[in-house]
Amino acid sequence: MRITLTVNGDRVEQDVPPNVLLVDLLRDTCELTGAKVGCDTGQCGTCVVRLGDRSVKSCQMLAVQADGAEVTTVEGLSGDGELTPLQEALWEEHGAQCGFCVPGMVMSLTDLLERDSAPDEQAIRAGIAGNLCRCTGYGAVVRAVQKAVKDKS
Amino acid sequence: MTTETFGAGLKDRDVPAMLRGDTTFTSDLRLPGMLHMEFVRSEHGHARIDGIDTAEAREMPGVVTVVTGEDLAGKLMPMPCIWIPGGVESHFPPHPYGVPGAGPVLAEGVVRFIGEPVAAVVAETAEQARAAARKVAVAYTPLAAVTTPRQALAEGAPQLHDAVPGNLNALWTCGDAERTDAAIAEAEVVVELDLYNQRTINNPMEPRAAVGDYDPVKDEYTLYATTQSPHNHRFLLSALVLGIPFNKLRVIAPPIGGSFGTKGYLYPDMPLVLFLARTLGRPVRWADTREGLMRSTVQGRDHLQHVTLAGTRDGRITALRCTSYANLGAYPSTIGPGVATALMGRSVTGPYAIPNAFCEVHAVFTNTVPLGAQRGSGRAEATTITERVLDLYAKEIGADPAEVRLRNMVPPDRFPYENGLGWTYDSGDYAAALRRALELADYSKLEVLRREARERGKLLGVGIGSFVAICGVGPSTRMQAEGMLGGTWESANIRVHPNGEVAATIGSTSTGQSHTTTFAQIVASELGIDPSAVTIFQADTQKAPYGQGTYGSRSYSVGGPALALAARQVIAKMRTAAAHFLGVPEDQVEYADGTFSVPGREGASKTFQDMAMALWYGWSLPPGMEPTLDVTTFFDPPDFNYPYGSHLAVVEIDETTGELEIVRYVAVHDVGPIGNPLVVNGQFEGSIAHGLGQALMERARYDETGALLTADLTTYAMPRAHDIPRFVMDTTETPSPHNPLGVKGAGEIATVPVTAAVANAVCDALREAGVRHLDMPYTPEKIWRAIREAKG
Ligand code: FES
Ligand code: FES
Repeated sequence: MRITLTVNGDRVEQDVPPNVLLVDLLRDTCELTGAKVGCDTGQCGTCVVRLGDRSVKSCQMLAVQADGAEVTTVEGLSGDGELTPLQEALWEEHGAQCGFCVPGMVMSLTDLLERDSAPDEQAIRAGIAGNLCRCTGYGAVVRAVQKAVKDKS
Repeated sequence: MTTETFGAGLKDRDVPAMLRGDTTFTSDLRLPGMLHMEFVRSEHGHARIDGIDTAEAREMPGVVTVVTGEDLAGKLMPMPCIWIPGGVESHFPPHPYGVPGAGPVLAEGVVRFIGEPVAAVVAETAEQARAAARKVAVAYTPLAAVTTPRQALAEGAPQLHDAVPGNLNALWTCGDAERTDAAIAEAEVVVELDLYNQRTINNPMEPRAAVGDYDPVKDEYTLYATTQSPHNHRFLLSALVLGIPFNKLRVIAPPIGGSFGTKGYLYPDMPLVLFLARTLGRPVRWADTREGLMRSTVQGRDHLQHVTLAGTRDGRITALRCTSYANLGAYPSTIGPGVATALMGRSVTGPYAIPNAFCEVHAVFTNTVPLGAQRGSGRAEATTITERVLDLYAKEIGADPAEVRLRNMVPPDRFPYENGLGWTYDSGDYAAALRRALELADYSKLEVLRREARERGKLLGVGIGSFVAICGVGPSTRMQAEGMLGGTWESANIRVHPNGEVAATIGSTSTGQSHTTTFAQIVASELGIDPSAVTIFQADTQKAPYGQGTYGSRSYSVGGPALALAARQVIAKMRTAAAHFLGVPEDQVEYADGTFSVPGREGASKTFQDMAMALWYGWSLPPGMEPTLDVTTFFDPPDFNYPYGSHLAVVEIDETTGELEIVRYVAVHDVGPIGNPLVVNGQFEGSIAHGLGQALMERARYDETGALLTADLTTYAMPRAHDIPRFVMDTTETPSPHNPLGVKGAGEIATVPVTAAVANAVCDALREAGVRHLDMPYTPEKIWRAIREAKG
């Protein structure tokens, strides 16, 4: 099936078999390997990307369902090696260790901050309820978001 | 000389790329012409293979080949195990690598666990390989299975391996049984406890992956793989599995997405992608799924333990005896048998001076996924049982559990302290760390909180977990006595470029511990230069000096000193040359802040960069001095190092629902001097969360046929952000005398006491409800049932 979508601002036109997942389209066809495949059941959140104005687990969607959509992956968040203030804060607070959960975490948190510019700790933890991280214990991630919020205000 | 760079909370230099999604993990690699491999895994815990029909799979679109165990016979040797409990006598031939029960790359005639690879399908795309793998028809005759050590040891139990009668890999002991039994027989108080430290699945977020590449012109193999030990795996793969010359295999570990022990093991995909890349003439990629990981990557813990503690009425522990049944799974994993025996058994006296101790471990094969390491392995299982029985002892004699601990801890003036089971503790003030934890937890006021909680209908419990954890594996000769095949030193190379930039290469491999930053700090400190001038290289057998790998919290505490020693040699050589150029005796030259100078002689100085350039030119060097600065060192420590600490957990349990909340969590650690507090705190926090996962929710379950009932993340719970409380943390600092930096392992130690602290807190809370002991994980349902049963 032929689909057309925008990925990080670039138009992508592609023939895809109906059973291809969005995450595989992004990783294999678009060669954007930022989104990861950490599970098979929609539990880990390493594959989170933005579709239009909401964040989705790209392993839980078929590529054809993204026909006509605007997709942003972690690679498309900021231009030219820049970091967003959230990313800066994650760096400063050591919110990333091995880095495997990080693209999904960044996408979920970006989405959270767009919906709620000053989330409290509980809201931050709820905002990443769908993202598993085995390395950090989440504390540094929470502190990073709090820092990003504080720096902005 | 050191500057303030060591000890600074520098940001991890690799993180920006991670944040942008630019880090290339193994599964992100794309080589030209690359094929994709998928495994067909056993659907049985134990079965005979009657036949494998690959015809339909071969006809599927994109399929290039299908291989089974038969195709590999005589080509790929079994997967070696390199830790033989009890020690090995010699490294001279015949070599002791032929371990009874060693697993084949692909099953041969029999499958022995639920995820065992039976066949491999290679296709043009990963999707095609997956689809074709589903079409491989394997005919099985199910065999009776054993999933617990007790079953496996029973008379007439199904046998896993012809070469291992009775399914017993090792009956391993340490300590003095006779003396311990005598002390128990005459003790005033004797307390016993049975505890099951449940099997867990480590679940790093990145599933394992491997890409094999073969260059037919040079006859050279390259393996890109999620490995903690590239050098070691190169040796094992080339010499023992593939049977190819050492020089023909290069192993590269791309950035690794977490490991916690699991990626230090050799797995069938590693030799197989190399073998297939050569046979097919194209690169072959394999990337595991979560389910595949849960069914085949080594699992952790799984000890069924019985402990006896004896002591006086006034709180002096006189003896400890522990018997443990360790569930090794179906095959001896690369170092699993050692992890299950020595790391656990020798650790059961914890931070206490116990005059009589003995431990025996029955390491047993069963029809489950092979056992390996999980963060804090061995030491966490030891700490949990010891700390639990110590609490029961305190209750028995009506003493405060903190007091009993303080009274029995090894005092600072008794180091080095031999624990009677084979470890010699290096240094510390164990009681000081516990006192600090008590202070931070406001321990004396907790009884008030307990009453308040009671008024709200909640049961409050307080639990302490004090520990000491052997780390920094370790002196090579000492590890020979433990049966580790291979040296356990680490190495480093420092090369100073003509402009004063420094390339430092280490033999160990980061799996998320910020090595490129923390090791640069060691080098920069020692060289007296800015860390930005230092680049760390690692994880490529063709570029890095030999190293044994990242496990047992050894990279920083064994590899770090190697780097420091190399840097010191660089400075020594520069100083000799500087003295020569300045025309003064060497002992008149001082080095500080990047400059060699002669006190009292204005203007007589040379910078680090001057000397780098001078040695690169090589003009007019002191007689006999070789040009350039390129130093390789090997560090084999005189003994292990022993970080320690105390955790304290306060939990509240809702009696009506069984729900549990951790209302306070305090953790005090001593890892010696801390090179980067930002990074080390991150290791502590992550480690505690990992331990909480086991304490609260994680358990791998098998049914009686060996089917894994928890093979995905919907059935196996892992802690999420809202499950983890905030931690109150502090450190004390006692350097280890066993390395020139004084550092101790820090990567996994904070996991070690977590299950102990939480188990003690939960059991303390449930005491009021009439429950003496409850095994982990503490799910609401389990707690609720325990309360109901106790009430009758
Ligand atoms: S890959 Fe795990 S949720 Fe998408
Ligand atoms: S940083 Fe490793 S899983 Fe989150």
